[in-house]
Amino acid sequence: MKSSEIIKLLPYQKPFLFVDEISDVSENGIIGNYTFQQNEFFYEGHFKENPITPGVILTETMAQIGVVCLGIFLLKNEISSAKKPQIALTSNEVDFFLPVLPKEKVTVISTKEYFRFNKLKCSVKMMNSKNELVCRGSISGMIIAK
Amino acid sequence: MTKEEIIKKLTTIVKPYVQNEEGFKNISEETDFINDLEINSANLVDIILDVEDEFDIEIDNDAMEKMLSVKATVAIIQEKMNA
Repeated sequence: MKSSEIIKLLPYQKPFLFVDEISDVSENGIIGNYTFQQNEFFYEGHFKENPITPGVILTETMAQIGVVCLGIFLLKNEISSAKKPQIALTSNEVDFFLPVLPKEKVTVISTKEYFRFNKLKCSVKMMNSKNELVCRGSISGMIIAK
Repeated sequence: MTKEEIIKKLTTIVKPYVQNEEGFKNISEETDFINDLEINSANLVDIILDVEDEFDIEIDNDAMEKMLSVKATVAIIQEKMNA
């Protein structure tokens, strides 16, 4: 399954799609990236005249690349035009280390802990373009083709 | 392992995932994980994985689908342990 096929199957669109590219994917993990645009909708309010990417959006970006894209890859044999991936975030625990500013490119690296009974749990980290750790944590979701 | 011992271990496993404390206080063989304890489907998976580790057994999809109550879970654990 190609990177572009995975992204096409994502149930998100602008302004809530935070995946530009998947650079590596296997049964055990995934690597992908996203560049935050200057005009993302949340910069207007977070913070007043001081745009910084909200932690929830960083978590969302880690979940979209690290859990949902990987989940789609793992379910590739079950997904078809009639059976689309259905997803739900079930838990996350994330620690944050550095801020992410507009126009920054981040890379998400996710390692599968387990995928059983449709629950995918991953250990996920986000690096900035200087290869510094932005945030890391554990994210789980349920994913099925239905 | 007796049924009582299995239920005791299962109660310890289930505890961190319970939403309905009242239901947990009255836990019995008849307790249903989703209706009585309000455990969500993701945590149900965690319980199954903990059961596998605790009792050193492997749960497959068919067994997992049946493990919705204390009674059914105990039966599956006994069956797998004796297999």
